[in-house]
Amino acid sequence: MIRIEKLHKSYPIGKDSLHVLKGIDLHIKEGEFVSIMGSSGSGKSTLLNIVGLLDIHDEGDYYLNGQLIKDMNEKKAAILRNKFLGFVFQSFNLISYKTALENVALPLYYKGISRKERLKTALEYLDKVGLKDWANHLPNELSGGQKQRVAIARALVTKPKVVLADEPTGALDSTTTDNVMDLLKDINDEGMTVFVITHEEEVAEQTKRIVRLKDGVIISDEVTQASKVLNYV
Amino acid sequence: MFDIDRWREIFQSISKNKLRSVMSGFTVAFAILLFTLLFGIVSGLSNSFQGAFVDDAQNSMFVRVWKTSKPYKGLQKGRSIQLKNDDYNFVTEKYGEKLQYQSSRIYKNFILKYKNEASSYSVMAINPDHQFIEKTIITEGRYVNERDIKEKAKVIVIGRLIKEDLFGERPALGKRLNVNDSSYLIIGIFSDEGGDNEERKAFIPLSTAQMIYGNNDYINQMAFGYDPNLSLDAAVAFGNKMERNLRSKLNIHPDDQSALSVRNMAEANQGIGQFMGVLYAIVILVGSGTLVAGIIGISNIMIFVIKERTKEFGIRKALGAKPSSIVGMVVQESVLITTLAGYLGLSLGTYLLSLIGDSLEKDYFIKDPSVSTGIVVGATIVLILSGLIAGYVPAKRAANIKPIVALRAD
Repeated sequence: MIRIEKLHKSYPIGKDSLHVLKGIDLHIKEGEFVSIMGSSGSGKSTLLNIVGLLDIHDEGDYYLNGQLIKDMNEKKAAILRNKFLGFVFQSFNLISYKTALENVALPLYYKGISRKERLKTALEYLDKVGLKDWANHLPNELSGGQKQRVAIARALVTKPKVVLADEPTGALDSTTTDNVMDLLKDINDEGMTVFVITHEEEVAEQTKRIVRLKDGVIISDEVTQASKVLNYV
Repeated sequence: MFDIDRWREIFQSISKNKLRSVMSGFTVAFAILLFTLLFGIVSGLSNSFQGAFVDDAQNSMFVRVWKTSKPYKGLQKGRSIQLKNDDYNFVTEKYGEKLQYQSSRIYKNFILKYKNEASSYSVMAINPDHQFIEKTIITEGRYVNERDIKEKAKVIVIGRLIKEDLFGERPALGKRLNVNDSSYLIIGIFSDEGGDNEERKAFIPLSTAQMIYGNNDYINQMAFGYDPNLSLDAAVAFGNKMERNLRSKLNIHPDDQSALSVRNMAEANQGIGQFMGVLYAIVILVGSGTLVAGIIGISNIMIFVIKERTKEFGIRKALGAKPSSIVGMVVQESVLITTLAGYLGLSLGTYLLSLIGDSLEKDYFIKDPSVSTGIVVGATIVLILSGLIAGYVPAKRAANIKPIVALRAD
């Protein structure tokens, strides 16, 4: 689903440049539940932005769903994002003046689906994350956990190939963190590829594969306990 | 082109961000309001100026004479000049094709008497064309005609106020009026936009006056209407030429204004035209300045608005919005706000102008201030264009910000 070979990325800082990713090789197959771990500055967010087509890499190859990502312009990237990717952000990134339902329906608008159809589908997904009764509330009337569940519903509504989550539990307490992780697990169980970035050990342990990043290189890549348990049960 | 979903997005964005929308709209509405008022008031001034000359026809020329102020060809200064029929015929024969109307004038002051009512009025002896030169409006009966001139008929056309003075509510047409002790038939009653003085006059045939009062061919003044197809410049030149020729015919020094002069409305019109031209130029300058200030105002607000919405655009892009759709949305919103607000300012301005109406005419010479359709259409086009530009430039920039940069914005 995602194949990355010898990926490099650096950011210019004044006259110098900061080499953030130093040759990453990563292969994520369809249906995997992967977490990228690392302290801040390890390059994990940069990796997710490149995978999510929000940023462009300097060197190396990136294949998304078998397609080589090269010479992307904003328009092409927008179409691919809309088609293949769903995003969940640490700060939720809901549009403040739109209701939960309208937020969830927004990606479908950019897909060109009729309004009636959009709202129907969006309501189904809100129901799936347990927020059907909150459909007409604005984001500031929702709790952090509820907001993140709305964001997850929004990420799923286009039936993407990969869900990319950037510190999805970073702004949540431990109970809501568990709720959100359970939700991501359910999604993965349905066969969707989930790609989580986190610096919390407890969160990473709930995924099936942990890739550890330090100073722009992968230092370990292992299958977790959770996955083994599942495999053996 | 019409995309109901796009409009829904825009209306939501406007209605959920009222303060922002009202602020940007206000700038434009205010600019257009000022623009409309300014234009309206100047057009009101222009109306007053043109109105000041409705008394006489726009193309009239008057030849008047007095005493010479310069000696010429052995003749002393201080000589009185007398116009005669011969001079009138000289002009009409020489310039006939350049004249629309032609008439001589003799001024008299007579006691007009009907039964027990009597009063002194100015009576003018004229030719039939005089009606058009003075813009006399016949309300009853008829004006002096060629047959009256030929037959030297003792007929009289009286002003509305003479009729009121002498006859009150009683009918006057067809009655006999005592004019300086001879009896005249009232053949017409007139009114005149020139005001009360003009309506306390009476007209009699020129030939009648020449026969009865002096038995000579003297006249006091000549009045003409030049061919309205002549340009202002040509009309002025024509007046000057006529002046020169008459002076030479009457042995007057070529520069003697006092002895003979031609008062040409073309010159006055030329002056008013230039004055109004300058006034309009100033208004266009100030008005466009106001508009530009409004446009800059909305551009500033749009830049701020777009900065504020950068994160929202980042989210939309992450969710699959193409840059063009972001730009389109912002531009459409901006155009909608400018057009609506501009229209509001325009309507308010027109409404205020209609309220002012003629109430400022007496003290400030502003008559019926209004804006023409052309200006309204022009201003609307400018508004839509400015909305386009004010929205497009910053939106284009915002849409090209990478989504991750936009998402980081707060």
